[in-house]
Amino acid sequence: MAKFHNEHEPLGGSLFSKTTVICAILALIAAVILAKRMVLGLGSVTNLNNGYPWGIWIVYDVVIGTAFACGGYAMAILCYVLNKGEYHPMVRPALLASAFGYTLGGISIVFDLGRWWNAWHILVPSYWNTGSVMFEVALCVMAYIVVLWIEFSPAILTKFGLKDSKKKLEKILFVFVALGVLLPSMHQSSLGTLLVVMGYQIHPLWQTPILPLLFLASAITMGFSIVVFEALLGASAFNRSVRHEMPQLAKLARIIQGMMVAYLVIRFGDIVVRGAIAELFTSGIRSLMFWIEIALFATPVVLFAKAENRMSKKALWIGACSLLLAGALYRLDAFLVAYQTGAGWSYFPSVQELLVTIGIIATEILLYVVFVRKFPVFYTHKLTPAELAAAHEK
Amino acid sequence: MSLKRRSFLKGAAGGGAALATAAVVSAPAQARPNKVMPPQAVGLLYDSTLCVGCKACVAGCKEANDLPVDVSTPDALWDTPLDIGPKTFNVIKVYAEGTADTKDQEKNGFAFIKKSCMHCVDPSCVSVCPVTAMTKHPQTGIVEYNADACIGCRYCVASCPFGVPQSEFDTPTPKIMKCEMCKHRQAEGKIPMCAEVCPTGATIFGPIPALTEEINRRKAMKAGEANVFERRVIGSGDTHERPAAKYLDHVYGEKEVAGTQFRHMSAVSFTKLGYPELREQSYSSQSEGIQHSLYQGMIAPVVVLGGLVWAAKRASHIEDEHPEE
Repeated sequence: MAKFHNEHEPLGGSLFSKTTVICAILALIAAVILAKRMVLGLGSVTNLNNGYPWGIWIVYDVVIGTAFACGGYAMAILCYVLNKGEYHPMVRPALLASAFGYTLGGISIVFDLGRWWNAWHILVPSYWNTGSVMFEVALCVMAYIVVLWIEFSPAILTKFGLKDSKKKLEKILFVFVALGVLLPSMHQSSLGTLLVVMGYQIHPLWQTPILPLLFLASAITMGFSIVVFEALLGASAFNRSVRHEMPQLAKLARIIQGMMVAYLVIRFGDIVVRGAIAELFTSGIRSLMFWIEIALFATPVVLFAKAENRMSKKALWIGACSLLLAGALYRLDAFLVAYQTGAGWSYFPSVQELLVTIGIIATEILLYVVFVRKFPVFYTHKLTPAELAAAHEK
Repeated sequence: MSLKRRSFLKGAAGGGAALATAAVVSAPAQARPNKVMPPQAVGLLYDSTLCVGCKACVAGCKEANDLPVDVSTPDALWDTPLDIGPKTFNVIKVYAEGTADTKDQEKNGFAFIKKSCMHCVDPSCVSVCPVTAMTKHPQTGIVEYNADACIGCRYCVASCPFGVPQSEFDTPTPKIMKCEMCKHRQAEGKIPMCAEVCPTGATIFGPIPALTEEINRRKAMKAGEANVFERRVIGSGDTHERPAAKYLDHVYGEKEVAGTQFRHMSAVSFTKLGYPELREQSYSSQSEGIQHSLYQGMIAPVVVLGGLVWAAKRASHIEDEHPEE
């Protein structure tokens, strides 16, 4: 019997670095503030009010955070649904970041729920309100967190030498891969649908019945962008070469570009159809925010039109970052800037609210570093592409 | 290879465009119809022209619902709610313009307005609640809240077109607070406190058909002519006589977002009185329509999942371990 080797290996190295220590401190600060919230209530640490009942914990930690965590979803579409095995090396790091992004998003929802001790009601059919978009989002996100960890679990099983369990799991893993595409398609679109019911309270530049489509398209594109972002960042942070991954990153850039052309055509087409063109220029700060969004969305469209830019690390970095900011701003605008709740209400996150959000991001980074150093996440590139292709042909 | 990629991109773009077209074209057709008035619906009629601004209803509501004082002055000695909130289910506000000389007049006049839960026929708060903590009573149509079911997500607070449900923020065990049309009093055969204590019958309670009849009677009145108005509840026989005001044709709550069980009559336009101009289609019908057309019976997701399972199985020969060459 031939000897086997793993395509993925832990990076190893020390867990103590400036990054991990700072992240741990920030996570600790967030934990203290969250403890205060549990004892004294949401009002003791947030600026939430009845005009703005959803603040940055929902908009960043959940709505934007899970879109940033769409890397696993986007790569699953590419690698498994469209059967593009060449992207295989990028799947595991993407899944790991997604698993942390979603898990921490899910945990932060619990802290935002006023009556969190009733959260289990989401799982009990007698409480279900199936017409509620929130119900669907909640159930889907919970299920997807489990699916993500199952998708990632081969790395954990390898780490602990559980070869038999891993073999068994891999036989049925395709079912979870399929769920790992279906569930985010459902809730990433529904995060947009959440706003439809708010009607006139959402400014016409954002309020549209095709919110689910716009949210889904931008989430998938953010997923591809975060893969590019993480590949480049991971390379510089862990001194890995991205040489092997450049051709795939270039193709991702092309996909990002194509999807954003479609997104922008649909976005503007919808504004024209709904007769909201005047609002593009007459709504003050909201018009301005809209155009900043569009400029950020358009950056990768222009940048990635050139083949040489798609092979340039710098251009890839700028394009991916720009798209990620665009998608984040789109969500922030739709949920908070576009929300016109009546005279007299205002909201800007408190320092403590921001520190919790920062702490959650820090926790994600910290856990990611620990995992890639200790678990087989990154691809080794020991096989040449030709060998890899041969190995996959059975 | 590059040809393959190009055709893939073309396919993706084409698919995206088709999806977008389908979404745009089908969007208006997606909504379900508005919900309709429950058979034994009860409601309130507030007639701004009869209101004298005494706020007996505000005090009565606090007493009936066991609500704390809501202070807004530095000495903190008054119950002075500025609007409805977690401590206040019902307020009377006043519109005043110019010299504010004449009652029920838009220019140089003033008018009162009541704000509390509208008890929508097709309520957003009920539609959005993930755990059925907000419900609409199938007979009376009262929009009720059950704290024992509530998870505190505040989607009801965010979605209500009237800004009615309000969350508590200053406690670790917050509830959603709103008017439930004194359902506890109605269970004892009484009427909502705001109607009970109103000295002029500006707020009266009754079944929706009776309220509608009363609205039509008032609309037909000649401005300035003496007319009889009932207090507390339609058919109470407790009446007083006074000249009718010049009513607007627009009765707020008759058509707004599929109608409400709390109706307003006034001589001053409702936008001046702080009520938003709303369309007749309920917002919940639109959002539920989108959800149902995508997820009805979970048929579409199951079909898609089937396709995805097939595709993932096809691609699942990509494994982690390979023989050392």
